[in-house]
Amino acid sequence: MRKIKCKTIINAVKYLCAKSNFELPEDVLKSLIQSINLETGVGRDILKEIIANAKIAKKLQYPLCQDTGVANFFVKLGNDVCIEQKSIYYAINKGVSLGYISNYLRKSIVSDPIKRTNTKNNTPANIYIDIVSGNKIEIVFFPKGGGSENASELKMLTPSVGWKGIKEFILDVINNKAENACPPLIIGIGIGGDFASVGLLSKKALLREIGSVNPNKKYFDREQELLNDINKLGIGPMGIGGKVTALAVFIESKPTHISSLPVAVNIQCHSHRKKMIII
Amino acid sequence: MKINLQDLILNTEILKFGQKILFSGIVYTIRDIAHRKIFDTLIRGDELPFDFSNIMAIYYCGPSPTKPGNVVGACGPTTSSRVDVFTPTILDKGVKVLIGKGNRSDYVLESIKRNKAIYFIATGGTAAIISKTVKRVEFVAFNDLGPEAIYKFEIKDMPLITAIDSFGNNIFKIRRNNAK
Repeated sequence: MRKIKCKTIINAVKYLCAKSNFELPEDVLKSLIQSINLETGVGRDILKEIIANAKIAKKLQYPLCQDTGVANFFVKLGNDVCIEQKSIYYAINKGVSLGYISNYLRKSIVSDPIKRTNTKNNTPANIYIDIVSGNKIEIVFFPKGGGSENASELKMLTPSVGWKGIKEFILDVINNKAENACPPLIIGIGIGGDFASVGLLSKKALLREIGSVNPNKKYFDREQELLNDINKLGIGPMGIGGKVTALAVFIESKPTHISSLPVAVNIQCHSHRKKMIII
Repeated sequence: MKINLQDLILNTEILKFGQKILFSGIVYTIRDIAHRKIFDTLIRGDELPFDFSNIMAIYYCGPSPTKPGNVVGACGPTTSSRVDVFTPTILDKGVKVLIGKGNRSDYVLESIKRNKAIYFIATGGTAAIISKTVKRVEFVAFNDLGPEAIYKFEIKDMPLITAIDSFGNNIFKIRRNNAK
């Protein structure tokens, strides 16, 4: 059993909160730079603005976006790890609280969805833990803004509609909501599972690196097909028209019930912040 | 094109949809809950803790906290359509300029036209750039709302795009119609 101090996790999370909100990941930045030549006029100016913003934010260690997000954590916890003193849930939430307060990040969580009182430390975080073999902890921090999350949708389709019906639903969501979600977007799609798991699947899909290849050839082709179709909608940067509506589409699938075809579309803005650390 | 709020209020018709501008002037950051509070107070006919008639321009924004040594925290636009239900009342009370991101409902568009108001969008997720255009910040009201409190921003040369002009032309609607 490898012993890991609670404090080690708290410090790692604190670090992730700051770095990921100040520095746009390389894959996203690269993809944005590549997309400039596809756009003209105001759309092109917007892409340049977004890239310039990323450079300034990194240099000044300043938030890329004022919406520093809901704190999502995807954790792979080795079964040979023993966390001393407190639980991993405590450690992550403590790290978020300290990280958001000490780095002047925005606290965007309200304690009750109807009463809506701000918790003032951006907790509770959403923590998803997978137990894996080994003696390490892998923590992926994925802060997500509210604007793009609000544009996301989940639907229980019937199996008979097949890929054609799935595609129609996804394109409808993009066509109706993308302009409010800060395009160019990254689209995470979950297909299968059940009502509860398909949403999480679509969120996990967003963790893939832009440019990475889906090992399932069928789904790789479907991702390309969707990306082409989405970019033909003409929505463009910030929704004012253009060719660059999405930078990537990622699909994750899982087994489902004989009568079900759940589909979730998790929309992510261009400020696609994510960072991993291994302890 | 550089535009000053005072000049714009005198004649909002000088700008057409799609036009890019550098905006200067006083704006108030008002987003979700603050809209609800203002709306409820105005409807009841009660007093607000500030003079609403001073507000000519609203910026839909919930800034991040200010780091010592800086003027303001990160302060890009938030999605405007969430406050659509309040906007016709706000415009009828005299606000002329709205700044946010994303499309608006048709009834907001009609209200903009009727009141000769104007709606601009800023580029979402460019908070580090936008914060440089804020020269002075003053707290106005609702401290308990955290990032949703109202602040008065003095802005110099904020890059904006005219999304709905005073004639009711909507850049998003026109884009949609062109796509058909």
